[in-house]
Amino acid sequence: MSSPALIASNGDSLREAFGKALSSLADEFSNLVVLDADIAGGTGVHHFRKSHPDRFVQFGIAEQNMMAAAGGMAAVGLVPVVTTFAVFCLRAIEQARLSLAYARRNAKIVASHPGLDVGPDGGSAQALEDLAAFRAIPGMTVISPADATEMALATRAILEFDGPVYMRTGRSPAPRLFGDDHAFEIGKGQIVRDGGDLTIIACGVEVARALAAHDLLAADGIFARIVNMPTIKPIDAALIERCSRETGAIVTAEDHNIHGGLGGAVAEALAATRPCPVEFVAVKDVFGASGEPEELAHHYGIAAPHIAAAAKRVLERK
Amino acid sequence: MNLPLRRHPANDPASDLQQALAGAARFIRMHSIASIYHAGSGHPGGAMSSADLFACLYGAEMNVWPGGVSDPTRDRFVLSKGHAAPALYAAGAHFGFCDAREALNLRKLGSRFQGHPHVLDLPWVETSTGSLGQGISVAVGMALGLRIQKNPARVYTMLGDGEMQEGEVWEAAMSAAHHGLARLTAVVDYNKLQSDAHNDAIMRLEPLAAKWRAFGWDVQEIDGHDIGAILDALRNTGLNAEMNKVPSLIIAHTIKGKGVPYMENIPAWHGSVKFTRRQAEEALAALGATAGETAELLDV
Repeated sequence: MSSPALIASNGDSLREAFGKALSSLADEFSNLVVLDADIAGGTGVHHFRKSHPDRFVQFGIAEQNMMAAAGGMAAVGLVPVVTTFAVFCLRAIEQARLSLAYARRNAKIVASHPGLDVGPDGGSAQALEDLAAFRAIPGMTVISPADATEMALATRAILEFDGPVYMRTGRSPAPRLFGDDHAFEIGKGQIVRDGGDLTIIACGVEVARALAAHDLLAADGIFARIVNMPTIKPIDAALIERCSRETGAIVTAEDHNIHGGLGGAVAEALAATRPCPVEFVAVKDVFGASGEPEELAHHYGIAAPHIAAAAKRVLERK
Repeated sequence: MNLPLRRHPANDPASDLQQALAGAARFIRMHSIASIYHAGSGHPGGAMSSADLFACLYGAEMNVWPGGVSDPTRDRFVLSKGHAAPALYAAGAHFGFCDAREALNLRKLGSRFQGHPHVLDLPWVETSTGSLGQGISVAVGMALGLRIQKNPARVYTMLGDGEMQEGEVWEAAMSAAHHGLARLTAVVDYNKLQSDAHNDAIMRLEPLAAKWRAFGWDVQEIDGHDIGAILDALRNTGLNAEMNKVPSLIIAHTIKGKGVPYMENIPAWHGSVKFTRRQAEEALAALGATAGETAELLDV
């Protein structure tokens, strides 16, 4: 009898890059332990389970207990990495708040399956609120890398960082954007394409779409600066202020609800420094639905053409 | 105010252990009444019901001591029912983990003694609690982590009865049994009352012992105000659990408001309540406070 073909983490997805990075870093970070709630194959930590079974702890389908137990593990000196889907991190967010952030534990929450990128599992599984919710927790660092290269660097960075972190990976295959010379530092964004007419600030899977929008706009003679902003909190306010000053208009792009995520963080930074017109490319306060990620991006208005259209709108307001 | 110095009874061979622990429990009750009186709010009922358990845990059972709050070999205690903080603080004051007078400064801006324990304020409380259900999960994580580190320290947690209506408690129970956490002991302060009413009226818990046994725990049921029974159960716990590779639960049948007649078994004294001076004095008198002790505790 043949086995079913399991759709697990594979290829160039961010979850796969995360799982492999974690496994390769385990010997260097000897206090690292990985917590799973029966979805190791989905989150990419099946690599770690195989390479370091003695430091892989199974909690079953019980995320609240897992999240708070991570606080106990951190309390005795381990560095727990809690892994589950983004939507189940929301289920356990109060545990993350009290037992990790309030107690200032050195614990990491790494969430796969964020946003519309989840695809066919549908609206129930597509967390569009996680960046906003975790950003609102005092002391919580929030990260959303853009490609596999950056994911590997960010995985190292969160282990070197002392404090609670929430980091998104991603389910679907993601194009490589960055080469071996790419650098990642918590709290820093970077200009990945320069341009003077406006700035598009993106995170996660939207960085690739922002780069595609850059080319669409260039064909119309509009030169957009593209900023990769992998740390949503603490946001790189200095870079945002500089982009406002140098380009005078900003578009944000994220696979997240329009409220409280990257767009909100950028707008807050602008309001406090150098305000300029802003357009937000994000899911417009609705839930998702089943479909392939790229189809959903078009349906919900976060694909490259939507970013380009937002750029033209913001230029009219300049 | 200068409260008399209380020594760890185990360090005082001249004292009878049980008498000393009874004295500790009396102090915990009196100090809790006083701190809640000064705060103008707080949860007295559960502090009264759990006082004897705190006395036995800190005074005899656990391998913790004031100078060793960061010693990796110490036993860990997590107050899962975080609203019993006044009793935890009073136990800490009695056994030298904090200053008794400072601990009267409960629930005040700038005080380290918040309404619920916070580990950044007071490292000896081990973790921050106050949201029911989380403490036992943190304790499970500690026990798992200590085992990974090959550290033989034990982990203790105290649960409220109403707390067991939180689903997370049962997630934690299942995981502790699955992972065979023989060095984890949970104590239930089973005073039968919760915030609004009797457990049975809010959400039935029984058959409680059978539930925990079905979840794979070693379960003992005791009178939670009988010092000798508490000490025996705590010691048996370690033996049973080590032999069977299972976590341990002690269901301590207690009386909410124990020791203060006007409070006993009255749900309204769960909290958060504001004592009048007269009520505080009456409570202290019922606990056998001398005029001098009452003045020390209330006239800060």
